[in-house]
Amino acid sequence: MERPLTQHINFNRSSLNLKDYRSVGGYQAVEKALTTMAPQDITKMVQEADLKGRGGAGFSTGTKWSFVPMNTVGQTKYLIANADEMEPGTFKDRMLLEGNPHQLIEGMIVAAYAIQANISYVFLRWAYKKAAWLIKHAIDEAYAAGYLGKNILGSGYDLEMHLHTGIGRYMCGEETALLNALEGKRATPRTKPPFPQVSGLFGKPTIVNNVETLCNIPHIVNHGADWFKDLSPGSDAGTKIYGISGRVNKPGLWELPMGTTIRELLEEHAGGMKKGVSFRAVLPGGASTDFLVEEHLDVKMDYKSISAAGSRLGTGTMIVLDDQTCPVGFIHNLEHFFAQESCGWCTPCREGLPWTEKILLSIENGEGRMEDLELLEMHTKHLGPGNTFCALAPGAMEPLQSGLKYFRADFEKHIKEKKCPWR
Amino acid sequence: MATIYIDHKAYEVTPGKNVLETCLTLGFDLPYFCWHPAMGSVGACRQCAIKLFKDEDDTKGRLVMSCMETVKDNMYLSVEDPAARAFRAQVIEWLMTNHPHDCAVCDEGGSCHLQDMTVMTGHNYRRFQFPKRSYKNQYLGPFINHEMNRCIQCYRCVRFYKDYAGGKDLDVFAAHNHVYFGRAEDGILESEFSGNLAEVCPTGVFTDKSLKAHYTRKWDMTMAPSICQHCSLGCNVIAGERYGELRQITNRYNGAVNGYFICDRGRFGYEFVNNINRIQQPLVRAQIPDAADKDSLYRQLAKILTKDTTIGIASPRASLEANFALRQLVGKENFYQGVSEAEAQLMRNILLTLNSGHVHSPSLKETETADAVFILGEDLTNSAPMLALAVRQAIRKAPFEKAAEISIPTWHDAALRELAQEEKGALFIAYPTKTKLDELADKPLHLSPDEIARLGYTVAAQLNTNVPAPEGLSKHSLKLAKQIAGILKKAKNPLIICGTSLFNEAIISAATNIALALSGKEKKANLSFVIPECNSMGLAMMDAPSLAHAMEVLENGDVDTVVVLENDLYRRGGKGEIDLLFNHCRNLVVLDHLHNETSNKASILIPVATFAEADGTIVNNEGRAQRFFQVFSPKNENFRESWRWLDEFRQFQNGICPEELKAPENLLAEMAHLMPQFKGADTVAPDADFRISGQKIPREPHRYSGRTAMLANINVSEPKPPEDHDSALSFTMEGYKGMPPAPLIPFFWAPGWNSGQSVNKYQAEVGGSLRGGDPGNRLFPEISVAELSYRNHIPSPFIPSPGEWLMLPLSHIFGSEELSIYSPGINERCPKPYIAINRKDAKDLNTAENDIVQLQIQDQLYFLPVRIMEELPQGLAGIPYQIPGLTGISWPAKGTLTKGNT
Amino acid sequence: MLSTDEIRRIDHEIALVPVRKAASIEALKIVQHHRGWISDESLQAIAAHLGMSAEELDSVATFYNLIFRKPVGRNIILLCDSISCYVMGYEQIYAHLQALLHIKFGETTPDDRFTLLPNPCLGSCDHAPVLMINQDTYRNLTNEKLQEILKEYK
Repeated sequence: MERPLTQHINFNRSSLNLKDYRSVGGYQAVEKALTTMAPQDITKMVQEADLKGRGGAGFSTGTKWSFVPMNTVGQTKYLIANADEMEPGTFKDRMLLEGNPHQLIEGMIVAAYAIQANISYVFLRWAYKKAAWLIKHAIDEAYAAGYLGKNILGSGYDLEMHLHTGIGRYMCGEETALLNALEGKRATPRTKPPFPQVSGLFGKPTIVNNVETLCNIPHIVNHGADWFKDLSPGSDAGTKIYGISGRVNKPGLWELPMGTTIRELLEEHAGGMKKGVSFRAVLPGGASTDFLVEEHLDVKMDYKSISAAGSRLGTGTMIVLDDQTCPVGFIHNLEHFFAQESCGWCTPCREGLPWTEKILLSIENGEGRMEDLELLEMHTKHLGPGNTFCALAPGAMEPLQSGLKYFRADFEKHIKEKKCPWR
Repeated sequence: MATIYIDHKAYEVTPGKNVLETCLTLGFDLPYFCWHPAMGSVGACRQCAIKLFKDEDDTKGRLVMSCMETVKDNMYLSVEDPAARAFRAQVIEWLMTNHPHDCAVCDEGGSCHLQDMTVMTGHNYRRFQFPKRSYKNQYLGPFINHEMNRCIQCYRCVRFYKDYAGGKDLDVFAAHNHVYFGRAEDGILESEFSGNLAEVCPTGVFTDKSLKAHYTRKWDMTMAPSICQHCSLGCNVIAGERYGELRQITNRYNGAVNGYFICDRGRFGYEFVNNINRIQQPLVRAQIPDAADKDSLYRQLAKILTKDTTIGIASPRASLEANFALRQLVGKENFYQGVSEAEAQLMRNILLTLNSGHVHSPSLKETETADAVFILGEDLTNSAPMLALAVRQAIRKAPFEKAAEISIPTWHDAALRELAQEEKGALFIAYPTKTKLDELADKPLHLSPDEIARLGYTVAAQLNTNVPAPEGLSKHSLKLAKQIAGILKKAKNPLIICGTSLFNEAIISAATNIALALSGKEKKANLSFVIPECNSMGLAMMDAPSLAHAMEVLENGDVDTVVVLENDLYRRGGKGEIDLLFNHCRNLVVLDHLHNETSNKASILIPVATFAEADGTIVNNEGRAQRFFQVFSPKNENFRESWRWLDEFRQFQNGICPEELKAPENLLAEMAHLMPQFKGADTVAPDADFRISGQKIPREPHRYSGRTAMLANINVSEPKPPEDHDSALSFTMEGYKGMPPAPLIPFFWAPGWNSGQSVNKYQAEVGGSLRGGDPGNRLFPEISVAELSYRNHIPSPFIPSPGEWLMLPLSHIFGSEELSIYSPGINERCPKPYIAINRKDAKDLNTAENDIVQLQIQDQLYFLPVRIMEELPQGLAGIPYQIPGLTGISWPAKGTLTKGNT
Repeated sequence: MLSTDEIRRIDHEIALVPVRKAASIEALKIVQHHRGWISDESLQAIAAHLGMSAEELDSVATFYNLIFRKPVGRNIILLCDSISCYVMGYEQIYAHLQALLHIKFGETTPDDRFTLLPNPCLGSCDHAPVLMINQDTYRNLTNEKLQEILKEYK
């Protein structure tokens, strides 16, 4: 089984420097792309490989790139790596950043070349201190080796790369809010259209891609679209970095073919539930995805299958809810997070999320009323996609709506007994 | 045109607009908060949700925000869809979770967009049972009250204040449901347009503090369409009264003039009407007691208003009717403009251009579409504030042109700003000091008045070789002129702005040359003139000699009586010369509303109505004649319109027992007959006998309360309401309830729309013209009617002369205007007297910042603290123009400075 | 007043962006790094250097979690309170921290040694519960470990 993204990552030794990276074939994709391929060919190849964005939305990466205007000589364009990983329960990009920073940089160079961007940024989460140091160092090495800067490898192509670390806001992970943050503004999202591909950072055409997405690029360029598709037996191409946290025996991250089942991940890779606790449910792709329960354990973790089961692949990093944890408290914790991280721009999110949080807390504290459940349901109905300005509140409603469905008895028990049965 | 289907009914609409504005134009009651027709869409509040269907067969559809959808052909929409209705009601419920529900004690109550929208969506039952968040309020200065707890976070305040008006000191802080709108710390809001926050805010967060001091609900006001009296732009306003007191000025939408906004001088400058310093009754000063009744007044006047020995001095702040009535009283030969010769000459120069039809004098609305602007010798923010705001829009919007290439519609505010970033249209400003618009300028050029003119002449000469060019210009100036000329020439819609503020005729000539050089056969260039007062244009058009000539005839001793109309002559010339003028006249009859230095000299003093108590017509800087209507019938019956007094004087002068003049339009008709240049001024509004279904237009909303009780302390029987014989408006709540013609709109109200946002219903298309056309008639020819040659009075280079300073009259929005200064808030914002000089000059004088220097101008001596202005050219000394304590100067002026005793 | 070093670093960031204002977040970070927090005076000085008003910069500064507009202690404890740490018992860690330091979230010890703040997911969910002190991340926390960890910070 191939694990292109993590094959060289080994946390028992230090992260790969330029020399190490090159010794395992690093920067061959840059050489190939810049010296032998036309920008549009790369975009086409990525499109053919059917690489989908690994940040959560799952949009075709090549198609996204293809919207960038290419007939513009001398126009400033930007390529941005979204390394602002902040989805609760999600920690996959951290591994890629800390384990093999040059892999990301190489992916960025190829992506930037494909859209003919001359300036690139890594937008890194502030908390990733080690990653910040490693990336900074790796960028310096790449400049010194001529992979960044003017006339890269004699191709005539120029690319600058900067590291930007955020100062804390979940919103910055949303690509248009990220652009505002990079412009030194409040990280409120922008409307689409216009898409960043035509009017993005500083009003210029811009592509924002997730770290894991970009890390796939060098391998696609090196091995081709078909190879990438063949990595997975299922309907989605490539591998995926899956993760599990919660009360399991071996929480962690694993690069596996797209479409690995939840059961395999939970039982084989994470070693099953800890002694004394049993499985109740899982958020398959981070905090803003719907719960899946026992009956879904054999669902494949790919976009389509998860969707059919009533949730989303999201970031592919799961959080397990066990029977010793109160589901109301669990969901309250999630809604508290989303209410805190609402940017305050649109009404439903700014006013609706704190309301749900307050209701959940009052239920958890034994002060809930039966009609509160209707109010929660009202919110899940009205905070849907399209009703709010961005995807934050709709995401926040996913665990709440499925929680109300799967754990209704637990909610009612809190209300009837006027206390949390787990406390 | 596009066909769209709303709830299965087809409508023909303009494509490209957003669906919300289109629905409002079509008459749908669709609630909204963050969208504003002048500021566009940002999609924040989510209040205007409707259903959008894929096609005719789609029954499910999806919710969209109507403000963010572009109207396209064959669009299927539903406003009434249950899901859309439910969501709109839900948005209100969310907004109301933290709203204090303090309508009863809120100044916005009764004209609150949030109230209206809450009722509109049907939200009426509170389900949120947790404590509300609360905030601390801030002190924001004398104009605006702050009550953050009422905030519904629509972001309109910051979008207006920052993005639209360029303010720096109001912003949004924090995040999620803690967002706070205010200043970094307590303090006076710096923007000259802060008052608009009271109208832009959909609820009672930002309210009019001056109204608070004598609060009345909108529905309890008697209101009339009026015109701002505090600068030359003629912004349309609504003035409201109760209990005999003028209580509020709000914006009156005029699509061609001020649109949705007015400046703070205009909004808060009304309080002179209520001032204790009003002249209360006719005074015959030779008599004891001096208070006179009408009979004794007329007896006295009959003696002295003899024909041929009486002259009249008119006023740039009096209406056409009043000035014309004076002219009729004293005769054409004895009629003088009440302005200095210098000002009269500037106006003659301007009129020569405007009467020729060779340039286009743009409306404020047209100004917003300019793509390159050159301002010569005006600090617009202080001399014509709303013009500064219009120029700001032009400069801000110029880069939006490229948005069309990537299909960003013109209403998509956020996307346009993100695309344009810091890009701006071309703006050049030549003025001796820094101005607020400098921040938008490609090059702020701090030059002496004559050097501004020389630069202007050079730019014109670059555009057309037939234009006389100054000699001895530096290479640098020539390069600059070339650059400016190049940009103006390239522009599709260039605009030149100049004015009278610096009392420099060469600047006006130079600006005119530029505009003439830019004008082609196809298209005339835009040339805007900033002029001194609200009816300076109307007065100048009457083409009478200036005060200097009045002085001459007085000196000759041929005149017995001088009638001064609404004019404090100590603001027109040096104290010495005005004193002399008054010494020469045996009888001085003054008609005015406030006591001032001139009225103190009057032998007969006659109280007159202010704009709030009178009807009148004035002509603004673009040449637009506009009518203002009496707001209320004053308790003091002596407060009669100047034109009514003067017309009566004329009648008894002719031996006729005076009869009340009915319908001021008769005066205007006579005026237009005698002076054809005023043709059109007599038809700016329907006549006094205009009726709809036999009814007058009520000045009071139908919910006006207390009429039977408000005077019960005097008489329990309700008095007969005053009648208005002068206009088609009535002083009551009875009358025609539908939509009046645009010039007669006393207030904006529509069923379900109690706030000013109801203006949507009065517009032919939302954000466009009022139904039936925007009020006002432009009096100048739109086509070339006379030859106009290039001006060639090029001044010599400015060389500072040792010991003698060229005085600069520095305009201040708060302080330089005669009447607004009576408002306590404006008085508070008025600068203390100062003298501005260059640092080098200060050093030569051996003075530092705040040192007192002695300034001698003409026969006047002033002791003023030094304010060092680095950018000010040497040899110039600026003082605040016409602020209290600095009147009685004949402008233009030179002065001498010596270091005074500190 | 900004120090020469602060100005040098801020100017470096300004050079990387097309408009001065775009360096605002970097500038705030630089000054906070030097001074621990952003006082009103610091804010005004940065704003002036970037050609912004205090309001404009404060609007940005107050939006983000980690710009401190109030004084903080010498060491900042950021305790993850997000979902994985909730499942793995961050509340016990919080209770223990309160007992040790006698402060709640948002408070600073009287000796200015620690400021305690809650923080969303720190991205070490497989090692929950997690906290950060200054630049250092501590994983798989237990009450016993906590005592030892705190000793390192004076």
